[in-house]
Amino acid sequence: MNDTTAELTLDCRGTRCPLPVIELARRIGDVGVGAVIAVAADDPAAASDVPAWCRMRGHEHAGTATAPDGVAVYLVRRLT
Amino acid sequence: MRTGGVPTHPHQPAANAVSGYFDVASGEPLHPAAREVLLNAYDEGWADPARLYRSGRRARMLLDNAREVVAAVLGCRPDEVSFTPNGTQAVQLGILGRFEARERDRTELAVSAVEHSSVLACATRLESRGAVVRHVGVDAAGLVDPDEFAAAVGPQTALACLQAANHEVGTVQPVDDVAAACAEHDVPVLTDAAQAVGRVGLPAHWSILAASAHKWGGPGGVGVLAVRRGVRWRSPWPDDERGDGRVPGFENVPGVLAAAAALRARHEEAAGLAERHWPLVEHIRTRVPQVIDDVDVVGHPTRRLPHLVTFSCLYVDGEALVTELDRAGFAVSSGSSCTSSTLQPSHVLAAMGALTHGNVRVSLGAEVTHDDVERFISVLADVITRLREQAGMS
Repeated sequence: MNDTTAELTLDCRGTRCPLPVIELARRIGDVGVGAVIAVAADDPAAASDVPAWCRMRGHEHAGTATAPDGVAVYLVRRLT
Repeated sequence: MRTGGVPTHPHQPAANAVSGYFDVASGEPLHPAAREVLLNAYDEGWADPARLYRSGRRARMLLDNAREVVAAVLGCRPDEVSFTPNGTQAVQLGILGRFEARERDRTELAVSAVEHSSVLACATRLESRGAVVRHVGVDAAGLVDPDEFAAAVGPQTALACLQAANHEVGTVQPVDDVAAACAEHDVPVLTDAAQAVGRVGLPAHWSILAASAHKWGGPGGVGVLAVRRGVRWRSPWPDDERGDGRVPGFENVPGVLAAAAALRARHEEAAGLAERHWPLVEHIRTRVPQVIDDVDVVGHPTRRLPHLVTFSCLYVDGEALVTELDRAGFAVSSGSSCTSSTLQPSHVLAAMGALTHGNVRVSLGAEVTHDDVERFISVLADVITRLREQAGMS
């Protein structure tokens, strides 16, 4: 469970909240339970909203990486 | 409480009270007790209170009476109270004035992460001038831990800033506990009491206090700065020949008189209002998550302002939410980034780890009824359902 290699990466650059979180909610089912989905988002609100979504929906915020272009990449592990 | 020459006025509903106005934390309609005072004061209190002739002395007496009323509510001496042009300037004067007079080896400022932006803007300014700013975090309910705050202050600290109650989520902070820890290092505490004055009991052990009259039903254009005697403080602005040495320029005497009249009235009705507002807010806190899925109710459930509640709804755009509620007759504010001029989400919600989009802050006015609240919840549920459908998230 400690592997944070993303099975799927969503490119949400240029979209503003709540759109990155909506995209995440739509696509979480595309990875298996225990797998990690990555969300690349440059909207500053995503830094709060992705972890908050994980807490509210029962998933795990497994960390935040940085893409080569400097954009934050939120790693979310599907738990249910 | 002494009321001096500040005239009283029987209570009538504010003429401009609107049943769907749920944003008193941004600004209250003028309290009925203030309206007549304000109009009369333009006739009676127009003269320069610094002058020695009859009309000047009259203005001075009215101003001093207003100062006594405000001091009594704040729990300080009248000569510790000054009136500023607004709450923001009270905060700015309070903080910058403390740094102007600080001891040479006190170079640090400690602030909670959820202070009003006016406090954080002063911190940024001081930081650019070489001060070290320590930000003290909060828990998920927006509450500061006094031990954590204590760890951020020491003999190097010039000032600690902790709000009496949070302006976005209503959490009431442990100011007196923090002040006790600060006192061990002779660190004064500035408390921004803008949301607490006239709503809840105020902390006792502040050194500097800032407040704003239009949050308690006074007119706009009046702030309060109180600096306790013995606190090293000097105005950051040039000397002015008038007044108390704290706030330069000609006082807004009519505004101050009306502010004092509103505060006295609000102070007297505060317990009754709180008794009415508390269960209405409790009802919103309980009922909204029952009728709407995926809602994050934020702020402390019990250590809170009686009249204010904040929640965030997943998958909903805050600006669209405010606009749709306005269309349905409800005025609320939002900490979502799309509603801010900077496009940054609320630093308060972010510090709490709360959801920042789809955010709504409700703050209830004096005339609110249970029916208004029920109607709001029902409209809210419809609006959220519609917006989620539009986003493809129903």
